[in-house]
Amino acid sequence: MNWLTNSVLPKIKALVQAREVPDNLWHKCVNCGQMIFHRELEDNLNVCPHCHHHGRISAERRLELLFDDGLYKTLELAKSVADPLKFRDRKRYSERLKEAQGKTKRSDAIIVAEGLIGDRKTIVAVFDFSFMGGSMGVAVGNALVLASEAAVAAGAPLIAFPASGGARMQEGILSLMQMPRTVLAVEAVKEARLPFIVVLTDPTTGGVTASFAMIGDLHLAEPGAIIGFAGQRVIKDIIREDLPEGFQRSEYLLEHGMIDMVVERADLRDTLIRVLGLLTDRHDPQAQTALPGPTEHGGTAANPG
Amino acid sequence: MRNFLEFEKPIADLEGKIEELKHLSTEGDINIAEEIGKLQTKVDRQLRAIYQKLTPWQTVQVARHPDRPHLSDILRALVTDFVPLAGDRNFAEDFAIIGGIGRFRGRSVVVIGTEKGRHTEDRLRHNFGMARPEGYRKAQRLMRLADQFGLPILTFVDTAGAYPGIGAEERGQAEAIARSIETCLQVKVPLIATIVGEGGSGGAVALASGNHVLMFENAIYSVISPEGCASILWRSAEHAKDAAEALRLTAADLLKLGVVDEIIAEPLGGAHRDPAAALKGLGEAIEAALQPYLQQTGDALKAGRRAKFIAIGDKRL
Ligand SMILES: [Zn+2]
Repeated sequence: MNWLTNSVLPKIKALVQAREVPDNLWHKCVNCGQMIFHRELEDNLNVCPHCHHHGRISAERRLELLFDDGLYKTLELAKSVADPLKFRDRKRYSERLKEAQGKTKRSDAIIVAEGLIGDRKTIVAVFDFSFMGGSMGVAVGNALVLASEAAVAAGAPLIAFPASGGARMQEGILSLMQMPRTVLAVEAVKEARLPFIVVLTDPTTGGVTASFAMIGDLHLAEPGAIIGFAGQRVIKDIIREDLPEGFQRSEYLLEHGMIDMVVERADLRDTLIRVLGLLTDRHDPQAQTALPGPTEHGGTAANPG
Repeated sequence: MRNFLEFEKPIADLEGKIEELKHLSTEGDINIAEEIGKLQTKVDRQLRAIYQKLTPWQTVQVARHPDRPHLSDILRALVTDFVPLAGDRNFAEDFAIIGGIGRFRGRSVVVIGTEKGRHTEDRLRHNFGMARPEGYRKAQRLMRLADQFGLPILTFVDTAGAYPGIGAEERGQAEAIARSIETCLQVKVPLIATIVGEGGSGGAVALASGNHVLMFENAIYSVISPEGCASILWRSAEHAKDAAEALRLTAADLLKLGVVDEIIAEPLGGAHRDPAAALKGLGEAIEAALQPYLQQTGDALKAGRRAKFIAIGDKRL
């Protein structure tokens, strides 16, 4: 029977499945390999029901999940200089930009939104990784400046959800300059004593981590997200050693003291409501939000410890 | 013995001839002296011709030239009473970033900069100028010290970038750089930054987010090395030359973009040919840049830095 299970059965299964179910209805978990029906995956916020692997979700979906009743308003981003260096590699940057804009129907790799979260006016900046890897150029920097100004003007907290490969190389030095610019942006929120919370999502690396994303009042991260400064390939090339298990994952950062907690996507909204309440409603006898398990000494909100 | 770059080969040949003639020359040999004079004029002419139109990729080579002035040379030439200060008070001392207190033209200042090291052993000790989180945390500590005592800060950047290693990641390289940028922007004392050689990415801007950014004529300042950029966008490091052009990393381009405030001219044939002259120019440029900021209040210095960086991105090439 062995030869059958090992070599023939999977092939038969593959044949049968290929005929019976179109690819787009079934999703194979990249982590555990289990097949998940697309509706089930969607209902589960793109988290694998078998292994809890957190797949990426769109920026819009994230905003929907976050705001009360899924309602929010996006802030219009000012037009910034497109392709300031007239950059060209194997392809023109202006073309890459147009393609990304066509694909995502937005001007750059970020959305700034405002709305109520737990009945509290909140400004949220969400990166769109599908737009040129969520890379940060002048437009993204401008959006973070805008988001910070909106937060200060409204006396509202700012929550950022980075998902980015880092600086946008095609804008050369101007992309590097977004590091001091975004640090200055969120500095204004902090000076106004408003909470600035960063929720690190997969992946957050390079110039984005090394600027506004690592100076939040609180750092939350989704499970299993890659978070780091240098790319893993670059590190491997330099040290010529294998990288440790779980290197640059959320849980690894938690262990090394770089983030406050790892929070499952399903618990993110409630956790944010609770911490924003604690930071801003300093005394409210009515307030007591019952949430899934307290995050004693880090741990995940859903599974403490 | 000089280190010649590939495109300096015609110069190397001419100077080789001059050396030979000098050996042949017996006292008072007028013909040979005349020949040497002619060759010297030719050298100068060639140098001028080459250096007037360096390509971006050639500029990268010059910026990385081993004989370019390093932080240790700057300290020797421009700072008296220098007292190096060590450690981040958390984990370690990082020799990739050297800092301390000293006097610049009689005035107490805090000096912070990357040091690549000169010879093999020295380079290893300084980790080739690539700092770990401790280096950036030491820089933050020294900037706070300057703030506490009202001392201007002079920073000097010559680094390929922050060190990419396992330990560096574990100890928060990204956070250390972010906080270093934040500290540069927060202090209420003048911060004059100079890009001396290589201004490599986050590891450079961590020290260079200042009121006034000076840059040597043949230095480079970039979000990524041309080699790194080429291997990602062209999928081959062999396109480094193309990447160097596309990235617009030269002092002239960065001045146009408003990223640097001033270019410091280098002696004929680059700072590596005459480090003493280059350092003299550096001292004068810093002195001139520092003066107006000394009159400003701490709040004005901070607000000025903010306005300057927020405005970057309005200009294009
Ligand atoms: Zn799974």
